[in-house]
Amino acid sequence: MNPISHSRRTLLKGSALLLASTALPPFAWAQSGSRLVVAADSEPRNLNPAIVASNGVFFIASKVIEPLAEASFDGKDGLAPRLATAWEGSDDGLSATFRLREGVKWHDGKPFTSADVAFSALQVWKPLQNLGRLVFANLEAVETPDEHTAVFRFAKPTPFQLIRNALPVVSSVVAKHIFEGVADIAASDANNKLVGTGPFRFAEHRPGEYYRLERNPDYWGEGEPKLDEIIFRVLPDRAAAAGALEAGEIQLAAFSQVPLTDLNRISKVPGIEVYSKGYEALTYQLAVEINHRRTELANVKVRQAIAHAIDRDFVVRTIFLGYAETATGIVPKNAPEFYNGDVPLYPFDVEKANALLDEAGYPRKDGGNRFSLRLLPAPYFTETRQFGDYLRQALAAIGIDAAIVNNDSAAHQKAVYTDHDFDLAVAPTVFRGDPAISTTILVRSGTPAGVPFSNQGGYENKEIDALIDKAGETVDTAERTELYKRLQVLVAEDLPIINVADWGFITVASSKVKNVSNNPRWAVSNWADTELQA
Amino acid sequence: MNRALRLLRRRLVSSIPVLLIVIVGAFFLLELAPGDAADAYLLSIGGGDPALVQALRQSYGLEGSAGARLWLYLTSLARLDLGWSVIFNRPISDLILERLPNTLWLMGSAVALSFTVGSLLGIVAGSKPGSWGDRLLSTGSLALYAVPSFWLGLVLIVLFSVQLRWFPTSGIETIASGKEGLARARDIAWHLALPVAALGFIYLALFLRMMRTGMAEAWRQDYALAARARGLGHRRIAVFHIARNALLPLVTMLGLQAASMLGGSVVIESVFAIPGFGRLAHEAVAGRDAPLLTGIILVSAVLVILVNLAVDMAYALLDPRVGANEVAA
Repeated sequence: MNPISHSRRTLLKGSALLLASTALPPFAWAQSGSRLVVAADSEPRNLNPAIVASNGVFFIASKVIEPLAEASFDGKDGLAPRLATAWEGSDDGLSATFRLREGVKWHDGKPFTSADVAFSALQVWKPLQNLGRLVFANLEAVETPDEHTAVFRFAKPTPFQLIRNALPVVSSVVAKHIFEGVADIAASDANNKLVGTGPFRFAEHRPGEYYRLERNPDYWGEGEPKLDEIIFRVLPDRAAAAGALEAGEIQLAAFSQVPLTDLNRISKVPGIEVYSKGYEALTYQLAVEINHRRTELANVKVRQAIAHAIDRDFVVRTIFLGYAETATGIVPKNAPEFYNGDVPLYPFDVEKANALLDEAGYPRKDGGNRFSLRLLPAPYFTETRQFGDYLRQALAAIGIDAAIVNNDSAAHQKAVYTDHDFDLAVAPTVFRGDPAISTTILVRSGTPAGVPFSNQGGYENKEIDALIDKAGETVDTAERTELYKRLQVLVAEDLPIINVADWGFITVASSKVKNVSNNPRWAVSNWADTELQA
Repeated sequence: MNRALRLLRRRLVSSIPVLLIVIVGAFFLLELAPGDAADAYLLSIGGGDPALVQALRQSYGLEGSAGARLWLYLTSLARLDLGWSVIFNRPISDLILERLPNTLWLMGSAVALSFTVGSLLGIVAGSKPGSWGDRLLSTGSLALYAVPSFWLGLVLIVLFSVQLRWFPTSGIETIASGKEGLARARDIAWHLALPVAALGFIYLALFLRMMRTGMAEAWRQDYALAARARGLGHRRIAVFHIARNALLPLVTMLGLQAASMLGGSVVIESVFAIPGFGRLAHEAVAGRDAPLLTGIILVSAVLVILVNLAVDMAYALLDPRVGANEVAA
């Protein structure tokens, strides 16, 4: 046998096959019923929103498992009823009563009752949930006088304002009959085969490919849901998500999965809409975390100089392409209940910044630099990395030489929040509807090492600590709100952390998708009224 | 044939220490990276309190020393158990079996594409080294080789998926299509066309240039002159005498390329959203899942050893000189 001629024949055969395979019919996307295909960039390892209250989980799971109440643009206290129809806190802050919706069924046909709420609160939210552990820390018991009433009893006065503001995030109800008697609820398989009361049932997860949710015909909402099916298609590459949207393979990309830099181009494509609404209740904050253990940074004049060196308008215009707002402090403007704009401001002023540094006793040395710093931008967002580059230049203008240290997520977490091996860090902190949920932890002292998005800079201010503790047990809503307004003044004066901008995300969708962005947590709400026009 | 079998046995035995070094190396490399699986997970869920951090670390089995964990891993490996993935909360062998076929299809087709097209074009270029056609092909292929694969992938998507709509932008097959058998195979082939092209075209240059250089050299050999003196036509000499001799080094290259494409596929799998091996490795590193990453590297090492073994066997069959010395030694 002649080996060469043999392999040549194989070669030719191979290339003929290849040619044949490219000659398939042109592309035609099959549309079956009203199927909404959505881009997803991650596959949460635990999909149960009652245990993991994070946007990545809610994005998919909120269609299956519902909270007691959802955020709303026009509802009372910014809420719309879901599994609860009415709620009220007692004056002493020791109890909260929820009236529950009647005639609701779980996806497996069993009725939804107050026992499910009691079970979720005591067995899941309070002991297991990342945010519920804090919000329900003093929850002692849940009484169920009848099938549709749940009364939460607290061991210590707990402000109802906090509970109410936290409801959309911490109150996802799971079925008692699914989890009862399970030894380790957090590790249960049921966390990834969700059974809920929501408008869509969990149908299938093909790892690395997609999640499929199908219409719940027994949903309590009249005439809802409007869609037959939602597919969350896993698209890890952001540039590819834009392409899939343009080609019509997906109809919606939320959480800025189409990068800001592509928006200008894609907004001109006919049949594609860009929404910047619908993220008001999940505001991300661009903040500079400061390690107060560094002698220079322990000086408030140095911190003020850094605040003056940052051109917030430039950051909003250039990094966020206008899709953000400049920040004045730890509470964003779109939380009007708590926001206080009447605080010391630090307008962009390089001369003043230089003067403050001179005053602080750090004159420019021969080379023109005052001192050097390590700057660690958080790697999770393009914007945090870009702001890191900007901040380096802004600091150079006032004679501070910042060396950027790039890490991946796990390494950043260890360096900043566990080892405190940083001078300045850029963080995307989140305001979650109430300052007590994830905002006061940024400035209060006493959080042990290892907790991300908390005060790990060694900052300690007795006045601020006392104020936070007082607000934590103040039941009166008006009084509590005042305390948080005062807190914003103290923080702006002393700058334990420097807030630069507040941003929401962008949703890009086919114009056939209707009722997009119609509530302040739209991307992570239940999509019962979302429609797809033929 | 006996010669080849002895070669096979010898190679298999010598690969055992190689695998052991690979396992220990991979385990400790990830151990050296700052942050662990609990850190990575905490960030992905937006934070939690200190007790939660502790509970996570305990449930992930991160509390013992690195040495103890390695020993635990090795003993379970000895029972042919690849272990449990922390970030997916599933057995690692399931994950690997689920993802490996996708990558093998992608890689195999890409290697086949770059080898066939590359060597064919190489024959064209090498039949008249220095000609106009040769220069065009050599420069063109070098330009392709210089293109980053993710960029080529995106360009292909924009051109063939967004503009022309001939191919889907991403995925391994049509979502929830219910297709079976041949229809499904066609669907997968249709989805793989662009990623295979993106991966294959970049490596094409290597085969082309190697073929071309081999042929250019062969033209200067005495047997080429002899063939010409016998009055054979140019094309006949080029294909049957020159190309045939220049083809051998390409087989070696084939083995080497198969290994490096395993790495190159990480990027392509992300751009085209193919749930493959490379993406799994990326997720394992980002999530600091040491057992998963070690499992992936182990399986990759086995693959590379097998491919190279196949190449050696092929070589031994093609060239009687190969292996004779090795076995005797």
